[in-house]
Amino acid sequence: MKVEDLTIKNIHQGLLKKEFSASEITQAYLDRIKSQDEKINAFLRISEDLALTQAEKVDQLISEGKSISVLAGVPMAIKDNILVKDLKSTAGSKILENYIAPFDATCIKKLKKAETVFLGKTNLDEFGMGASTENSAFKKTFNPHDLSRVPGGSSGGSAAAVANNECCCALGSDTGGSVRQPASFCGVVGLRPTYGAVSRYGLIAFASSLDQIGPIAKNIEDAKIIFDIIKGKDEKDSTSVETQSFSHSVTQSLSDLVIGVPKEYFKEGIDKEVREAIEKVIKKAEKQGAKIEEVPLAHTKYALACYYLISPSEASANLARYDGIRYGKSEIENPEIQSLMDVYLKTRGEGFGVEVKRRIMLGTYALSAGYYDAYYLKAQKVRTLIKQDFEEAFKKVDVIFTPVSPTLPFKIGERKKDPLQMYLSDVLTVSAGLAGIPALSLPVEKVKGLPIGLQIIGKPFQESEIFKVGQFVEKLVH
Amino acid sequence: MIKKEEVKHIAKLARISLNQEEIEQMQKELSSILDYFKLLNELDVSEVNPAFYSIPLKNVIREDIIKEIDEDERDKMLEQVPWREERYIKVKEILR
Repeated sequence: MKVEDLTIKNIHQGLLKKEFSASEITQAYLDRIKSQDEKINAFLRISEDLALTQAEKVDQLISEGKSISVLAGVPMAIKDNILVKDLKSTAGSKILENYIAPFDATCIKKLKKAETVFLGKTNLDEFGMGASTENSAFKKTFNPHDLSRVPGGSSGGSAAAVANNECCCALGSDTGGSVRQPASFCGVVGLRPTYGAVSRYGLIAFASSLDQIGPIAKNIEDAKIIFDIIKGKDEKDSTSVETQSFSHSVTQSLSDLVIGVPKEYFKEGIDKEVREAIEKVIKKAEKQGAKIEEVPLAHTKYALACYYLISPSEASANLARYDGIRYGKSEIENPEIQSLMDVYLKTRGEGFGVEVKRRIMLGTYALSAGYYDAYYLKAQKVRTLIKQDFEEAFKKVDVIFTPVSPTLPFKIGERKKDPLQMYLSDVLTVSAGLAGIPALSLPVEKVKGLPIGLQIIGKPFQESEIFKVGQFVEKLVH
Repeated sequence: MIKKEEVKHIAKLARISLNQEEIEQMQKELSSILDYFKLLNELDVSEVNPAFYSIPLKNVIREDIIKEIDEDERDKMLEQVPWREERYIKVKEILR
């Protein structure tokens, strides 16, 4: 048994055939993390005790002849902004450095019920704000394909851990591309579900109208298995929806399919290698009988500005909770501080990193008196136009193919100096988030040893169609 | 370029203390980001309704009944409080 070859399906089969035990598998991954992770820094913390206890329980169920779920005994990594009871959950921030989750996120509860094994918590850009995982307050994560490059972000730790076989699969979260872009940079599969598909309860909030938890895995089948377990209505997240809302795919082959290609996603600013790789896949799909149709997504060029007004605005409200009073880092017992106001100012000034402060400032500005209409409200109106573009396009096509990232994985430090330059990494992923529609990143080619991801964007609650199409493409490119 | 005074005002609203160096840095960076947002002025959105959410949402109402919280969960939440006495959360004096 080699961890490199393990997928959810073959772990399940191996367990049923008693080729190995859940404890053995878990130990193999823990050993792998111990020998490999100092190279890439994907994990912030390992939860060895929890993982081994969970694995033993699965072995016991098997020895008692009880039936087990397909995820039972599968070693998984969890992004550190998702709460796992009794484990530290820092969201990559100094302000939550010592925060221990008092409860499980809903998706974690569901995974625990399925007897999944949690290996540890993975690195991220502080509160999910970034595209390179360089904004973590604790450490930088390196791309397993080239250690001088970033793994993408903000779920860079989860994507790198999967790519480096330090876990079988992982959870990430996506606000403007934080699952898809690191999946693309690390050569793994990542899904951003439809807004409302997965409960956000227990996900440390960044921008509430955009945040979604999504799976990161080695292939489409694994991503689908995780998604099917974590999706669905939760009374603790009023924006989550009933499972009945999800449609089933009836597509039998690529020739049943109309694929939309928006020229706005192939324009200047997109690396030649990236553009050519995606165009090649589209050609291959066409050869297999798929109908290719050009669809206009006319407001694409405004999406990034729209996103960087809306998400910091929501963040400035969400992050107001870090006040040093109820939990997290606090200056309240600092003898030099007298007033409540100074507790707030100092706690937040010391506790937040540079990028988080910048976004809170930006959001506060956009929401403040005199600027609300010109910035925040305007962005919400532009969001309507972006949403309508997709609605129109999906009248004509079943799915949309685009690149995930405009560039290959960039060098560590290359974009850290200029915030706007870093924001541009999100230019092809923010639109799906603003429109609330599902999108998946699928590795299709490697150029100069670096992976390139295809983005498959679908209609709301048609994740099953995206998975089906993704599996056709997987066969085309492998 | 936004004014230094404006940066200080926003920082106060956001309850974030910034040192002199941070204020200057923030002034430069916020200005260039706000400049980028001018792109949106190309669009006439006077007739467009704002989206706010990507999916249609309605208010969710439930019965107003008290649910007991899990005691372990409650104790663990209280353990996170930086300054407290028994089950009371302490703050600095707000009235004199």
